[in-house]
Amino acid sequence: MRKTILDLSRMILATFAGLAGAAEPIKIGFSMALTGALAGAGKGALIAMEIWKDDVNKAGGLLGRKVEFVYYDDATQPAKVPPIYTKLLNVDKVDLVVSSYGTNEIVPAMPIVMRNKMVFPSLFGLAANEEFKYDRYFQIMPAGPHPKTDWSAGFFQLASQQNPKPATVAIVAADAEFALNAAAGARENAQKMGFKIVYDKNYPPATTDFTPIVRAIQAANPDVVYVASYPPDSVGMVKAANEVGLKAKMFGGAMVGLQFAAIQKNLGPQLNNIINYDFWVPEPTLNFPGVKEFLAKYQEAAKGKGVDPYGHYLPPYAYAYLQVLEQAVNATKGFDQGKLAAYMHQATFKTVVGDVKFAKNGEWAKSRVLMVQFRDVQPNNLEQFAGPGKRIVLYPKAWKSGDIVYPFNQ
Amino acid sequence: MDLFVNAIVAGILLGAFYASVSVGLSITFGQLDIVNIAHPAFVIVGSYIAWILNSRYGLDPVLVGILAAPIFFVVGVLIYRIYYLAFERTGQESLSGLAFFFGVMFIIEVVLILVYGVDYRLVSAGYLGKNIDLGFVGLPLRLVVPFVVASVMTAAVWFYLSRTFTGRAILAVAQDRLALQLMGADPVKIKQFAFGLAIATTSIAGALLIIIGPVEPSLGRVYIGRAFAIVVLGGMGSIPGMVIAALLIGVVESFVSSFAGPSWAPAVAFGALLITLAVRPSGLFGRT
Repeated sequence: MRKTILDLSRMILATFAGLAGAAEPIKIGFSMALTGALAGAGKGALIAMEIWKDDVNKAGGLLGRKVEFVYYDDATQPAKVPPIYTKLLNVDKVDLVVSSYGTNEIVPAMPIVMRNKMVFPSLFGLAANEEFKYDRYFQIMPAGPHPKTDWSAGFFQLASQQNPKPATVAIVAADAEFALNAAAGARENAQKMGFKIVYDKNYPPATTDFTPIVRAIQAANPDVVYVASYPPDSVGMVKAANEVGLKAKMFGGAMVGLQFAAIQKNLGPQLNNIINYDFWVPEPTLNFPGVKEFLAKYQEAAKGKGVDPYGHYLPPYAYAYLQVLEQAVNATKGFDQGKLAAYMHQATFKTVVGDVKFAKNGEWAKSRVLMVQFRDVQPNNLEQFAGPGKRIVLYPKAWKSGDIVYPFNQ
Repeated sequence: MDLFVNAIVAGILLGAFYASVSVGLSITFGQLDIVNIAHPAFVIVGSYIAWILNSRYGLDPVLVGILAAPIFFVVGVLIYRIYYLAFERTGQESLSGLAFFFGVMFIIEVVLILVYGVDYRLVSAGYLGKNIDLGFVGLPLRLVVPFVVASVMTAAVWFYLSRTFTGRAILAVAQDRLALQLMGADPVKIKQFAFGLAIATTSIAGALLIIIGPVEPSLGRVYIGRAFAIVVLGGMGSIPGMVIAALLIGVVESFVSSFAGPSWAPAVAFGALLITLAVRPSGLFGRT
């Protein structure tokens, strides 16, 4: 009798212990730029990630366990990133990690993540794995297997298709990781496609006025101007180009910020005919399953939070990089980082940004850097950017929604 | 030739804006010996107020900056009272005071983030995007308006400091506190007034900043080094010296951007600062 009671007690204890284990949430750790220069995008990304977490938890969690985020603000300061990931992995003991937003914040996390052999889904790092060659790095930004050159390939291909073909190029880039990578790729593409580079300079990130730079570019008389810049600089560059009356036939490239609704509204018609990179625009050719439903949730959640109200640029990808992780965890039924990485290398993932397949280096197997052209933009009108017709996809062909207007300054 | 002239003109326009950011710091840091590291953060507050009233009611940013200046003055007076009671009176102003203004800067940034978010903010006005063309010299109104307003504001502050009793008392307070007391003026009240005046200038400087380009809560940090460098180069408290220094930095930056490459601009500008200080340690217009 006594033995039976003891056995029963053990069974009850074991059951409760099991239940406790099942109830333990899965912790996903990351740093995010919630203050500082990249906070506009970082906060938007966080909203998208929270939507994913809610969606997964509503559907019963990951492997039957609730998902919980452990995250810290890296204040857009690369120096803060390594201690955050060290804490996430050694103190918070998270089960999975994902990256912050942007190249400058991803690269400093790499040595820590690599030392812990963690799978590292990353959010918008340009060629961040080029030096590390880490086989557990997976980049959601569709830059392609050769991110440096794939980033600007579309821009220069469009330039080469014009008749007569433009001959000279100016390249100007911010003195920071992403922009320098983009400029390096642009240089390579320009040379490969037979353009003569007549201006090739960097500018410091704290630049206030861009008119002297644009005038110097104008003096070099290039046919094509490729700019790799961050949001405040992109605004300064577009305004200066309009004020100076830039005579280039193509203008744009890798200007971060022109994807954000507040900046689009303010610049208005000054944007017309600029050709710039983008990753998602509300054109009919990019209507992937689930993207509109996701954006409706995002736009509701973003209200009153001082972030991009439409969330076309980054949020779908912030949702998608967690979808990739979710599908890999479900398929491998656990957190074995080696198995997760092996699965992520061979699978094709269904996400709100379309099908995602990774190349050996963790970038997208095939580039989908869109070149979009601003068209018929009206002054002081935010709503115009909600729907199609204002950012026409010119490249790649598979997603094309209209023809180029050339030259830029017509 | 036209590139050369345009570079000089753009540098002068930019320099005048730098002067508007630095004029208040020239009073607090240069004349009152208060290391107000939060000064550029107040400039950003000025930008946000301009943005709020511009986007909601369509008010001109400059007008908003002028209207908000008295409120900034009162805020400045209150902040100085706290600083005086907590640090200056007890003789702890050097390090603790610096920490205090660091704290003020972070509080401003965090409050802006919590209340208005982190998105970039811009203003619209009829003159933005328009140019005055004088032959081969192009003058974008986006920079001309800040130039004019900054020049008027800086001249007004200089006139006030050099021609009025209170202004002269402000100049005197840092030099000889006891002599000022013997003249019947209360140094604390004078410093309080001067600090309020310095913070009032940030309201207008903030409006000018958001006219030039987009603003987000932490943008003020970009101007900390530049504004302090201008005040030091000008001669710690000399308003004409500060103006010359601001124009010099603006013209050097613009010139180097046009002819040598923009990435050299800060190095050359700060190199000029170091050389000047090596030759003239008290700055351009500093008292030796």
